[in-house]
Amino acid sequence: MAVLTAKNVTKRFGGLDALQKVELVVKENAIQSIIGPNGAGKTTFFNCITGFYNPEEGEIYLGDKLINGLSSDRVTRLGISRTYQNIRLFKNMTAVENILVGMHPHLKSGMLGGILRDPRTNKDEEEALNEAKRILKYVGLSGQGDMISKNLPYGAQRRLEIARALANKPKLLLLDEPTAGMNPSETQEMTNFIGQLRDSIGITILLIEHQMRVVMGISELITVLDFGQKIAEGTPAEIQKNSRVIEAYLGRGAASGISEALA
Amino acid sequence: MANRSNLKNYIIAGLINGGIIIFLGLVGMIETFSQRDIVSGVLNLGFLLLFVPYFIFGYSTAKKEIDRSMKSVLIAGGITGMAAGFISALLPILGNFVNLRDMFMNASPTLYTTLDFGQGIYLGGVILTLVAGIIGMIGAVFLVIPQRIRNAILQAVVWTVLVGLMRDLLTVMIARWGAISSLFKWLFATKGLSIPGAIVIVVLVGLVTYFRPEKKKANVQRTPKVLTKKQKNVQLMKYGVGIILMIFLPQILGIYFSEILDNVGIYILMGLGLNIVIGFAGLLDLGYVAFYAIGAYVVGVLTSPEMGASQITFWQALPFALIASVTAGVILGLPVLKMRGDYLAIVTLGFGEIIRLLSLSDWLRPYLGGTQGIQRIARPFIGPLELKTQGQLYYLIIAAIIIAGFIAYRLKDSHMGRSWMALREDEDVAQAMGINLVATKLTAFATGAFFAGLAGAIFAAKLSSAYPQSFNLFVSINVLCLIIVGGMGSIPGVLVGSLVLMGSPELLREFAEYRYLVYGAILVIMMLVRPEGLWPEARRKLELHESMDTEPIETETPSVPENPAG
Repeated sequence: MAVLTAKNVTKRFGGLDALQKVELVVKENAIQSIIGPNGAGKTTFFNCITGFYNPEEGEIYLGDKLINGLSSDRVTRLGISRTYQNIRLFKNMTAVENILVGMHPHLKSGMLGGILRDPRTNKDEEEALNEAKRILKYVGLSGQGDMISKNLPYGAQRRLEIARALANKPKLLLLDEPTAGMNPSETQEMTNFIGQLRDSIGITILLIEHQMRVVMGISELITVLDFGQKIAEGTPAEIQKNSRVIEAYLGRGAASGISEALA
Repeated sequence: MANRSNLKNYIIAGLINGGIIIFLGLVGMIETFSQRDIVSGVLNLGFLLLFVPYFIFGYSTAKKEIDRSMKSVLIAGGITGMAAGFISALLPILGNFVNLRDMFMNASPTLYTTLDFGQGIYLGGVILTLVAGIIGMIGAVFLVIPQRIRNAILQAVVWTVLVGLMRDLLTVMIARWGAISSLFKWLFATKGLSIPGAIVIVVLVGLVTYFRPEKKKANVQRTPKVLTKKQKNVQLMKYGVGIILMIFLPQILGIYFSEILDNVGIYILMGLGLNIVIGFAGLLDLGYVAFYAIGAYVVGVLTSPEMGASQITFWQALPFALIASVTAGVILGLPVLKMRGDYLAIVTLGFGEIIRLLSLSDWLRPYLGGTQGIQRIARPFIGPLELKTQGQLYYLIIAAIIIAGFIAYRLKDSHMGRSWMALREDEDVAQAMGINLVATKLTAFATGAFFAGLAGAIFAAKLSSAYPQSFNLFVSINVLCLIIVGGMGSIPGVLVGSLVLMGSPELLREFAEYRYLVYGAILVIMMLVRPEGLWPEARRKLELHESMDTEPIETETPSVPENPAG
């Protein structure tokens, strides 16, 4: 069963084809990755999925619902959450408040409820707060919920961003370079965490990653983009051997050298 | 010992200081202010304006030398002061040879006499240089004395100046108190404080401050304090006293103060609204006065017999005024949904001008009165009582502020408030969190417009008239300034900002002439020294409630994320 199906997705910026007929199927409860050199169109692809960009051609389905063309708030309500390559928390809000904002699609109380604080609103808010604390604990940030998020350490900010994305109870979680800027031990920690995330809450994860070690360690299926085109797809083992991938990363000369060495 | 580069720094600081003094002199502030006595025959406001910069510059240059010997601290302050004094003294000397008045209207002989102490330009210049040097040194000394004494002196001086400045108002106020008024009369002279009065205030305030138990320094990141039961009772009592005082304020203060309070109150009301739009939701709205005008004009058109549309009471007209301003808020919101930051500011600015020009136009003259405005607007009645004096309207305004404050306070910590703040922090990400930008922005505009409409309606009823001139751009700018000075997004900040920015020019008529000069200076200084505002926004503690605060907080986070709870 496919959670996400992208068919023929093309996105152009002026004369530049940022994405050309990209096809992707994300299976339920999988961890899949998109890799590729800088400027390959990975983040553009994420932006197309989340409704931030509207692709010129092609269709994107969540389950069997067509989602391209929808605004990003509606896509989020349908069950896709994301994190950002450069952390984009609500910097001047506390950690808990960040998570509560992430819970937005599930909160029903309106403006009048907020002013009058009727029992229903209070109950709604209390439940939301408890859920936020639970998520906070889950990502290992207990006790830091009242910190202004910009004052949190880097690793904690990354985890908080994931926590905020989880608060939406998404079917599909998109992680844009979750280990960017981390040292090896932090990276290992994050990799373990992503694995646990899938195993424990049964969520489907699609991630963009630069660090090969992370990608190869946890993904079941890897899609490689280069200059907006899908050049390969397969299991980590297959991708490691694929000459076009090596070429894209290291250049033609190096690639032939490596294939010789491998042979 | 001060080496050469330090010496250079002191002199540069002195030059800047002297430049400021010359500027203040040439714009006429020193002369105007010197007509106001603080302590009769001893100190006037002009001298204060002259001396305070010497003091501040002396203090701040000395601060850089604090690690060195006492001697170099004093030298730093003294040299800075003397350099500043020397530069300031050049103004009368220059004025003696060149007729500066052709260019600077305020370069008058009176200004020169103030600067040279009436001792002639040369002797006066020497005296000013020395006096400035001494004041700079006093600034330096101020740095090294213990904190408690420093606070005591500072408080004593500030209170003496405040009481001296408000002499006229206070004497009128005291005269209303009947028998006990004679107890206070001797404090004041015909202008400013009497000398014994000044001494009493200095000593009293100084001693009280010195012996008051020290408070802990407030946290930079303000969070609500945790109180014991006893402290809670004390706080409750303080609130009680505050409320009683607020109820009887017009009776205690008299008409003039009540008028000021009313004006400040109307600005508080507008500030609360604009604080939602700018402080919470981050939408820079410079046309805010439009909603204020709409509120006022709707009440005017509907209640004034001149307009002949209808003659309903204030209370019947009020809902229409509110609906009209909220609708206008939504209408303004729609075209600007896609705009951000400076673009939004320009468009809203235009909107404010459109509304003002419409009210001024001949085209709408039959309906809105054109330049003549609308007179004979109905005043609110409560039962048979017509609210028309400043003291009576005060209660209406307070009631409106309480309602608006309550709404703002509740909204801030609600689902809607969080959405607004998310919008302010990062619009794209807010949308990616599932927040509907259209609805969220429009509610922010509408809520802000609601408060402004309410303020406008009360304003029209208070004056019983509405003129286009009352609704110019400066109203929007004033409200924006008071929010910035009070602290963006902070509800108590709006109160503080309004009192400081709207209250002080009313108390000091001399000040009012230089209102925007002073605003500009205040804004620049605020941005440099205290960008978060006078009373910054407090973040509520959500994860750990007050009751839990007594327990030790686990600050240690597990290095590996724990297994999920479920």
